[in-house]
Amino acid sequence: MVDQLINHLVWPIVYILCITIPLILAVAMFVYWERKVIGWMHVRMGPNKIGPLGLLQAFADVVKLLIKEVILPTTANRFLYYLAPMLTLVPALAAWAVIPFSGKMVLSNANAGVLYLLAMTSMGVYGIILAGWASNSRYALLGAMRSAAQVISYELAMGLCLVCVLVLAGSLNLTDIVNAQAGHKGLLDWFWLPLLPVFVIYFISGVAETNRAPFDVAEGESEIVAGFHVEYSGSAFAIFFLAEYANMILVSFLSAILFMGGWLSPFPSSWGFIGHAGFPWLLIKAFLFSFLFLWFRASFPRYRYDQIMRLGWKVFIPIAIVWVLVAGCLKYFGWVTIGTGV
Amino acid sequence: MSRITHYFKSLLLIELFRGMGLTIRYMFKPKYTVRYPMEHIPKSNRFRGLHALRRYANGEERCIACKLCEAVCPALAITIDSAPRASDGQRRTTRYDIDLFKCIFCGFCEESCPVDSIVETSIHEYHFEHRGENVVNKLQLLAIGDRFEKQIAADRTQDAAYR
Repeated sequence: MVDQLINHLVWPIVYILCITIPLILAVAMFVYWERKVIGWMHVRMGPNKIGPLGLLQAFADVVKLLIKEVILPTTANRFLYYLAPMLTLVPALAAWAVIPFSGKMVLSNANAGVLYLLAMTSMGVYGIILAGWASNSRYALLGAMRSAAQVISYELAMGLCLVCVLVLAGSLNLTDIVNAQAGHKGLLDWFWLPLLPVFVIYFISGVAETNRAPFDVAEGESEIVAGFHVEYSGSAFAIFFLAEYANMILVSFLSAILFMGGWLSPFPSSWGFIGHAGFPWLLIKAFLFSFLFLWFRASFPRYRYDQIMRLGWKVFIPIAIVWVLVAGCLKYFGWVTIGTGV
Repeated sequence: MSRITHYFKSLLLIELFRGMGLTIRYMFKPKYTVRYPMEHIPKSNRFRGLHALRRYANGEERCIACKLCEAVCPALAITIDSAPRASDGQRRTTRYDIDLFKCIFCGFCEESCPVDSIVETSIHEYHFEHRGENVVNKLQLLAIGDRFEKQIAADRTQDAAYR
């Protein structure tokens, strides 16, 4: 009885904490890194006062946000208003349950991991819509509607991209998908090569899905102040912030796992030490992808809303559909040597 | 034809990659930031900052209460009262107030002064903590002048050739 309790309750909670606490710390450091990188690209220095090199800046911000009052607008729907940040954060954290960090390190090696991920990332939009609606503010409502339309449009393109991966890997299990990319050629074995257009579309859709620049019309400061979270302050705002950044890191990890061979080494296995697969490789890849988010933000101006919709529906979805067929042919006729596994 | 090339150019994201190349180059450039309280940018000797009233070398105050500065001040920031001095009957100011909130730091008072008494020093780092401190009186102005006379004189000498 006690054994069962420990096995089914205590250990899972310990594992969950082992994922979420580093994740939250990673979000804090990511916020700091974002401000640094964007500062450098603007030929500024970024935060450099609090702690060595400004490293503690994010923690100072967290303390500031937690001390602040959470203001409830008088006409807001109290229950939904407080529920919305939770509804955004919970899927953002829950999605991490199926992410394999290496061949053995995974909280839940679910068979339909990709399906679960799709479900979880789509859940986040409910939090955004509720936040916009419950605030009883025009700006928040407009931001929420924009965000919802955008997330749903790009989810389609993203789903089609995932279909290509699934066709080649022949599995919905994320560990199997990575293992299907294993081979002797290292970098050249991964799915990004046969699925290059789809890979690009996937990552750009991921940027749009997390409402990041240049697709951040949901919080377009110039038109609608800050969009769906304009009425939120203090810790409630901090939760939205946390969810947004956790989602960005999640998309980075997913791109690394689905297209860039996850924890596999980019070098041929015959190269000795650096040819070994391992968790650090996944971290490096995810870091590079998350850097792309910041790079995009520093480089590109915000898209107009109709341009975003046009890009999603008229460009990405057709290309993705065509590539589903291409991927099917590649698999059916065996024109690519991937999928052999090791 | 141009439409087709444009189509492929936009499809291959060439312009976006060029933009990203630009930002990554800027990322490694030396930064323009001046860490202000620790670093300062060079200041001109003509800088117009906090006001001061100067004295002659023998300790006599320069101001002769001609009120030209009060007359020329476009912001009406200067208020002067004058009376014969009790000791020797010379005309001197009994009150010389500058409201720093009204002052626009145009430097007309300094230019109008026939005896180089009222000057604007290069001090720009000062603050007030209570209401009313924005009006600096004659004693304070003289004290500022006494304290920074060396700097004030040096700045004036450097500029003398162009006056």
